[in-house]
Amino acid sequence: MAARKASAKSAAKPNVSAEELMAYYRDMLLIRRFEEKAGQLYGMGLIGGFCHLYIGQEAVVVGLEAAAKEGDKRITSYRDHGHMLACGMDPKGVMAELTGREGGYSKGKGGSMHMFSKEKHFYGGHGIVGAQVPLGAGLAFSDKYKGNDNVTFTYFGDGAANQGQVYETFNMAALWDLPVIFVIENNQYAMGTAQARSTSSADIYVRGEAFGIPGEIVDGMDVLKVKEASEKAVAHCRAGKGPYILEIKTYRYRGHSMSDPAKYRTREEVQKMREERDPIEAVRSLLLTGKHASEDDLKAIDKEIKGIVNDAAEFSKESPEPALEELWTDIYAKGDAPQEEDA
Amino acid sequence: MATEILMPALSPTMEEGTLAKWLVKEGDTVASGDIMAEIETDKATMEFEAVDEGVIGKILIEEGTEGVKVNTPIAVLLEEGEDADAVPESKSEEAAPAAEEETPKEEDKAPARAADPVPSANVEPDYPEGTEMKTQTVREALRDAMAEEMRRDDSVFLMGEEVAEYQGAYKISQGMLDEFGGKRVIDTPITEHGFAGVAVGASFGGLRPIVEFMTFNFAMQAIDQIINSAAKTLYMSGGQMGAPMVFRGPNGAAARVGAQHSHDYAAWYAQVPGLKVVMPYSAADYKGLMKTAIRDPNPVIFLENEILYGRSGDVPDLEDFTIPFGKARIWREGDDVTIVSFGIGMQYALEAADKLAEEGISAEVVDLRTLRPIDYDTLLASVMKTNRCVTVEEGFPVASIGNHLSATIMEKAFDYLDAPVINCTGKDVPMPYAANLEKHALVTTDEVIEAVKQVTYR
Repeated sequence: MAARKASAKSAAKPNVSAEELMAYYRDMLLIRRFEEKAGQLYGMGLIGGFCHLYIGQEAVVVGLEAAAKEGDKRITSYRDHGHMLACGMDPKGVMAELTGREGGYSKGKGGSMHMFSKEKHFYGGHGIVGAQVPLGAGLAFSDKYKGNDNVTFTYFGDGAANQGQVYETFNMAALWDLPVIFVIENNQYAMGTAQARSTSSADIYVRGEAFGIPGEIVDGMDVLKVKEASEKAVAHCRAGKGPYILEIKTYRYRGHSMSDPAKYRTREEVQKMREERDPIEAVRSLLLTGKHASEDDLKAIDKEIKGIVNDAAEFSKESPEPALEELWTDIYAKGDAPQEEDA
Repeated sequence: MATEILMPALSPTMEEGTLAKWLVKEGDTVASGDIMAEIETDKATMEFEAVDEGVIGKILIEEGTEGVKVNTPIAVLLEEGEDADAVPESKSEEAAPAAEEETPKEEDKAPARAADPVPSANVEPDYPEGTEMKTQTVREALRDAMAEEMRRDDSVFLMGEEVAEYQGAYKISQGMLDEFGGKRVIDTPITEHGFAGVAVGASFGGLRPIVEFMTFNFAMQAIDQIINSAAKTLYMSGGQMGAPMVFRGPNGAAARVGAQHSHDYAAWYAQVPGLKVVMPYSAADYKGLMKTAIRDPNPVIFLENEILYGRSGDVPDLEDFTIPFGKARIWREGDDVTIVSFGIGMQYALEAADKLAEEGISAEVVDLRTLRPIDYDTLLASVMKTNRCVTVEEGFPVASIGNHLSATIMEKAFDYLDAPVINCTGKDVPMPYAANLEKHALVTTDEVIEAVKQVTYR
């Protein structure tokens, strides 16, 4: 409960309005309800393969996105549903991709781990742990090359933090002052391996110091703290000062993927986080104690979100499977190059 | 409204499971996230959480029941105040059938690509007759191609180890830093995996990177980014974004550089949908195909050869000379046998053809130039004419380009063949250092001649 008091304190800061708080509550709740529904559809066999849920980590993306502007880019790993919803992608298109249907963002050809939106500057959705990190730096490279002030949010987990390409990227990002924010979503478990069993240092952001990249630890269960840190990192990058690292301590309530029995941690540990540190409950309590919203106001939001998620689920079931011709499309882009045929 | 709680699929392969234990009983109130039961799947024992809130009205499947099929109703969830006998809204029908019969229906079969028409050789010349030619090395042709494209398009840039201040480890980028500056000719740290990924990301962001690998042997460090990120993203994104870029550098054996610097990757990259693969032989082809590669909106693997860098050839002196992908070149026409090759393999093919001509055997020599797409039409038309074929490459024999060409010829021109197709390849050994051993590890002209005599029964 101490944590909630701390949150209440930060909420008292004048730079967070009641409207913003309501928006964070709504955005986080959308992710949670969406993911619960995804879990249910998976159980029914409507979603196949791998499905990695974001439940518990909602404050991370919602807090980060609070400091983004149009033109900023984002890229992440396979635990990507929350990132897509937080940057404004349509829940229907995301859910229909999960069910592998024509109405999905990738026309059913990507699945849970591989979705993209050019319009929302969301660059995936990557299934190889750590591979999105140089890609994110490359996106930032493209903005610096073009001479604009966009930044790229490059998300990766505590597990990916042990991949060599992350440090190859830190080196180049620092060397070339790339406007990239490395967001380490430290949920403390790399699949089933606790951080202490895989990672030589207690904190990961300190590894940036070797490259001269500033960074800090952020409480990822508190959306306002995440937002504050995001604003600081974004300002640093936009000012042309190079990369910034945010190590966001968060927690995933569900298993690594749907088929993870999660025997590597106790039920009590999960229960304690849920009861004492839940990011959505924290904002809910701030809204109520600050008299920014009544129980009825919040119930109305709950109902609205439930409607959006149910509509997305309905859409994802009704949207047809992709036409078999889709098997052969999007392998090669057509262009003005003089080509005889398209391989 | 009462709803059924269904036996969930809790792994990608689960079809049925054991309802090991109920952790709630009839009359209990559950909220989203509460653990209701333990279920044994084909992989592990999993906790099953509630999604909707409500009251457990009835438990339909007792704990300890084995072999419960996915999507079987296992309990009834009531809304608050509802009667325990309320008729549940059945969900089981709309659920996807987990174990439906797998007999494929006719309409479910993937459509085959359109049947191929009778192949005819693509004999369109690469440049108009009477075009002025200039003599250039492969090295100069490559540099000119890149420089011309960089003048034409500001989004094209070159990155790699030693490409800028050092002027290129093999001096391909000589003078480019002076002309284009450090923003567009970029020295990278020795960090192939990382800079290949950065370049792919930059291409997602709208630029057109040319990535130089000091050799393709080092691109092994980066192959995940090339295959998983560059080649597959267009498909995975449903056509929304891809990687318009070129990966280039020397490939295959040079001279006595040992096993780790001599690998020919032609067959590896040619296997991957989403990539285009180019492996030229002549200076003119290096020029025209590199310009096409840079303009292509897809990731292109451009396999060069260190031994060929210093070779000179006639290059059309045109303002904008490009060669389309998927168009083979017939170097010499012949009637008795088709020798097909690409890249440095062409030198063995051409030498063999010269020597065979002295013995009265007329070989047609086809240079594929691009391995993805492959100009099957020109090859098949040639084989249908000569009725015999020998393939030549320096790469390893197993799953080689030659293997693929043989299979294609067998499938599409079986009735035209008078002899089995022979693949001349490098030997199935890591590249040795000793001069005599290296020579024999590679394909030799004598082996090509021997193969031709075998298929022509001489």
